[in-house]
Amino acid sequence: MNRINQKLKEDKKLLSIYFTAGYPNLNDTAGIIQDLEKQGVDMIEIGLPFSDPLADGPTIQESSTAALKNGMHTELLFEQLGDIRKTVSIPLIMMGYFNPVLQYGVEAFCKRCQEIGIDGIILPDLPLDVFQKDYEAIFRKYGLINVFLITPQTSEARIREIDAASDGFIYMVSSASTTGAKAGFGEETEAYFDRIKSMNLQNPQIVGFGISNSDTFKQATQKTKGAIIGSAFIKHLTQNGVEKIEGFVRGIR
Amino acid sequence: MSYHVNEKGYYGEFGGAFIPEMLYPNTEELRQNYIRIMEEPSFKEEFDQLLKDYVGRPTPLYFAERLSKQYQTKIYLKREDLCHTGAHKVNNTIGQILMAKKLGKNRIIAETGAGQHGVATATVCALAGIECVVYMGEIDIARQAPNVARMKMLGAEVRPALSGSRTLKDATNEAIRDWINNPVDTHYIIGSVVGPHPYPDMVARFQSVISEEIKTQLLEKEGVENPDYVVACVGGGSNAAGAFYHYLDIPDIGIIAVEAAGKGIDTGESAATSALGKIGVIHGSKTLLMQTNDGQITEPYSISAGLDYPGVGPMHAHLFQSGRAEFISITDDEAMMAGLALSKLEGIIPAIESSHAFAILEHKKFNPSDIVVINLSGRGDKDLQNYIDYFKL
Repeated sequence: MNRINQKLKEDKKLLSIYFTAGYPNLNDTAGIIQDLEKQGVDMIEIGLPFSDPLADGPTIQESSTAALKNGMHTELLFEQLGDIRKTVSIPLIMMGYFNPVLQYGVEAFCKRCQEIGIDGIILPDLPLDVFQKDYEAIFRKYGLINVFLITPQTSEARIREIDAASDGFIYMVSSASTTGAKAGFGEETEAYFDRIKSMNLQNPQIVGFGISNSDTFKQATQKTKGAIIGSAFIKHLTQNGVEKIEGFVRGIR
Repeated sequence: MSYHVNEKGYYGEFGGAFIPEMLYPNTEELRQNYIRIMEEPSFKEEFDQLLKDYVGRPTPLYFAERLSKQYQTKIYLKREDLCHTGAHKVNNTIGQILMAKKLGKNRIIAETGAGQHGVATATVCALAGIECVVYMGEIDIARQAPNVARMKMLGAEVRPALSGSRTLKDATNEAIRDWINNPVDTHYIIGSVVGPHPYPDMVARFQSVISEEIKTQLLEKEGVENPDYVVACVGGGSNAAGAFYHYLDIPDIGIIAVEAAGKGIDTGESAATSALGKIGVIHGSKTLLMQTNDGQITEPYSISAGLDYPGVGPMHAHLFQSGRAEFISITDDEAMMAGLALSKLEGIIPAIESSHAFAILEHKKFNPSDIVVINLSGRGDKDLQNYIDYFKL
C-alpha cells in the first residue's frame, strides 16, 4: 500500500509541511526532510521551484526564485533525494508546476519518483481532464498518487468528480487565494469546512493555504484529516535557517 | 483541416486550459457563456455601435502607392493605428468590457507590458464606469511613463508587478493571482490571444473585425475579397489573429507572421518564439515557449515592448507547426529602419511592433500583381522616445 494511504489510516490529525527544494541553501533538501520527520511531521511536500509560480503568494515566489538562483533543477533534486528512503519513512510528495515536469518528460519524471520512493505528486496547473486523458495510466504504472485541489468556489458536481478521480486525499484550499498566511479563518471558511464534511467524500481532506500556527492548524483540522503548512514554514527558514525546525513544529502542535 | 479552435479549446495540440483549480470556476463560467453572449443580438449591436462611434471603425484600408512602387508589388495597409487609443487593442477591450457586464462583474483587472493594452482597458472601464486595476512590471512602469499617466488619468489603478523579471510575463502572473483572490466579482481582460481557453478564441473573435473589414474593403478596391498575402507582427499575437482570422482556412492566401528577433536569434536577446521556443505551458496555455531545458520560462528581449513575450498564442503555435503560416523574424535594427522608411514614404509613423511587419519587404520578394495586406497595428506616438534615441533625432 502507498505510504500516503497508510498514513491516512492513522487515527490522528496529520501535519504536512511544504518547503521549496534548494531553499534557503541548495543542499538543504535532504536535511530538512530528515529533520521534519524527526520532529513528528506526518507528510512532506517537496516543492520543485518554478520561474512563474502563479498560484503562489510572495513568500513561496521568493523562495522559488532564490532556489533557482541557488542552482536547483529537476535532475539535481532527484540526485539529492537518491538515498532519502534510507533514512526517511513518512510519505513524500512532489509538488510543483506542470511545465518543468513536461520538459523532464512526464513518464521519466514518474519513473524517477518511483525509484526514489516518492509517493504522490501535486501539480496544481495540470487539469483533471488532461490528467485523466494523458497521464493517469503513467501515474498508476509508477504507483504515484495524484492529488487534486478543491476551493470554496468548486461546485458540488465537480467536487464529486474530483473525489471519484482521487485515490489518496483531496487538497482542500481554505479560501479563494494564493498561498500565504492569513489572519485566521472566518465564518465563511467554517461554513465551507462544514459543507465539505457533510458531503461524506470517499477521500479524506487535507487543508492547505492560510495555515500558519497552532490556532489555524486546530481550526483547519477540526473537520478534516489534516493540514498543510507552507509559507509560514518558509518564513521560518528565512528567519532562522535550518537549525530551529524543532521549535517551529513544536509550536504547531 | 481547420485552423480555428476545436470544441475542446485546442488548436492542433496547442491551447487548452492549464490552470489551477482556483481558476476553474472563472474560466468555466466564461467558457460556457462567451459564444452565446457574443451571438446575442443586443450584444452584437452594442459592440458594433461602439466600434463605429467610439473606436472609429471601420479603419481605412489604404493603398500605399509609394511603398508599393518601391517594392514592386501592391501593398495595402490596414490602418489599426487610427483606432481610438492608437492601436488594435481596443477592439478586444470593448468586447470584453461588454462581456464582463453581461456576466455581472463589477471589477476589471488587466496586465500590460508597454501599456497599450492597459490604456485600452482603462479606457473602456472609464467608458463603462467600472473599477479597473492594471498590473504592470515595475521595470515597464519606469520606461513607459506616458502610458502610466494615461491610465491614471482614465481612473485606473496601476499596480507594479514586483516579482520575477518585473516585466509583462510577471504582470500577467500578478493579474492571474489577483483573479485567484477575487474569483466572483472580477473579470480579467487578457490583452492577447494567450491564456487559458476560451481566452485565445474570444480575443481572436473580437479582433476578427480586422479581417472582416479587409474583405469588404478589398472587394471595393480590387474587386476581390482575398489578398495574396496578409502580414502581421506577432508578440502574443492578437493583431495577427484578427488580421488572419477570416483567411485561416483559405489555403491560397499566404499568411506571414513576423516575430521580433531582437538583437538576433542567436544572441540570447531575442523574442522569436517560433525559432527559439519549445512546447510548454505558460499562463494556462500549452504553446511554444522560450524556456530552459529544465522548463523555467526565460526572459525575452525586443526593442518593441509589445513583442517582448516569451510565448505565442496557441493559434499561432499551430499555424507555425502545421506550416500554414510563414514565420519571419526581424531584428531591432531592421524594424527601426522599416519604421523610418514608412514614415518618409507614406507619412505614417508606425508603432515599433508594426514596423517589424514592414521590415519583411526587404526580405521577401512579392510579384508585381500580388496584393499584400500589412496590418498596421498601432501608431508610433508611444515609441517616439525610442525613435529619438535610436536615430539621434
